[in-house]
Amino acid sequence: MRLLSHNMLSSNIKGVTNGFPLRIEAEKVVVKQVDLNVRFLKNMFPKIEWKALVEASRTMGYAELPEEVEPSKLDSRDFLQKFHHALLELVLEEGALVCPETGRRFPVSKGIPNMLLHEDEV
Amino acid sequence: MSRPELQNPPEIFYNDDEARKYTRNSRIMEIQSELSERALELLALPEDDVPRLLLDIGCGSGLSGETLSESGHQWIGLDISQSMLDVALENEVKGDLLLADMGQGLGLRSGVMDGAISISAVQWLCNADKSSHNPRLRLKAFFGSLYRCLARGAKAAFQMYPENLDQRELIVSSAMRAGFSGGIVVDYPNSSKKRKEYLVLTCGPPSVNTSVPEGKSEDGDSSFDDDSSGDEENQTVSISDRHRPRKKQRITKKGKGRDWILKKKEQMRRKGNVVPPDTKYTARKRKARF
Repeated sequence: MRLLSHNMLSSNIKGVTNGFPLRIEAEKVVVKQVDLNVRFLKNMFPKIEWKALVEASRTMGYAELPEEVEPSKLDSRDFLQKFHHALLELVLEEGALVCPETGRRFPVSKGIPNMLLHEDEV
Repeated sequence: MSRPELQNPPEIFYNDDEARKYTRNSRIMEIQSELSERALELLALPEDDVPRLLLDIGCGSGLSGETLSESGHQWIGLDISQSMLDVALENEVKGDLLLADMGQGLGLRSGVMDGAISISAVQWLCNADKSSHNPRLRLKAFFGSLYRCLARGAKAAFQMYPENLDQRELIVSSAMRAGFSGGIVVDYPNSSKKRKEYLVLTCGPPSVNTSVPEGKSEDGDSSFDDDSSGDEENQTVSISDRHRPRKKQRITKKGKGRDWILKKKEQMRRKGNVVPPDTKYTARKRKARF
């Protein structure tokens, strides 16, 4: 699972009011090369929760992203490269996602998070 | 062949064997990619070459996702069958995969998706495969969460196989109740094989841009009336009726036999009818030369 998806996912358990962001427990992280697409990044940028992305990339072992960000940075090639790497190239292969409110673990295996809920969580 | 929906829940029906078909069977693969191309067309994304973030519901082995990747889009796919997702991993699809049940609602942040497609999956929501399942609630959870995660004005195009009019009505009304506007697009309405239904939804209240596109038909002329098609629906035999086994025929190849004839004659006698007496000639086989 890439951090793009992590940034979109939130915990869906019944009664949870703020299920975002899911905490990452990383056991195995791989890097997959993807072509950089500036248009996609510019389109995605306003939708990204920046803090969650910075936090998530740190737990995955990539600390290059700046803490604060403003849209004008999108013109910098250097910044785009870092943003692209964090968003699309870092892949959580094995580990877990943890709901911030209930502490429920969603295991991730072979890069696929298991988001199935138990009957009493629906 | 009966409908997969009638055989097993999706996580069991799409087992390793069934999933294998989606890599080996070229016919299935061709149909799947045709359907996804059409669904992508129905999404009517603006033609500005900007890659979008799309959602593929019931992505399965990722055949539909590959169509999205080919058009340059990023996508997140979810499916309830682990076997199908394993096949998707083998195929090295470009999108992200989630193991999730659409009937439990989509756990996604609000307003982040630029569109959603789904190929042959939504009708599964009409099933109640577990005691805790209630199709109405599952449809409500699905469409409600879908509405939240789509950006305003984004579209969703779902190809689906509703079993009958009631199912279609249930799915469409659940979508409308969630706040979507849109309706059903039928491609090739007069062909039983090529006929495909798409539920095209727009996130947000009806406006000039949210009119439902027209379906394709054989002669390239897509003018067919929605009202008249509704009447035709009622007259056609639904597929599930056609496949129901005929009333079992009692007659075997050997004929009905002497016992059966004696029983019938006895019945007629009890009713007071004039019935010839039982003799050695009763129910005797005729000679071949007769």
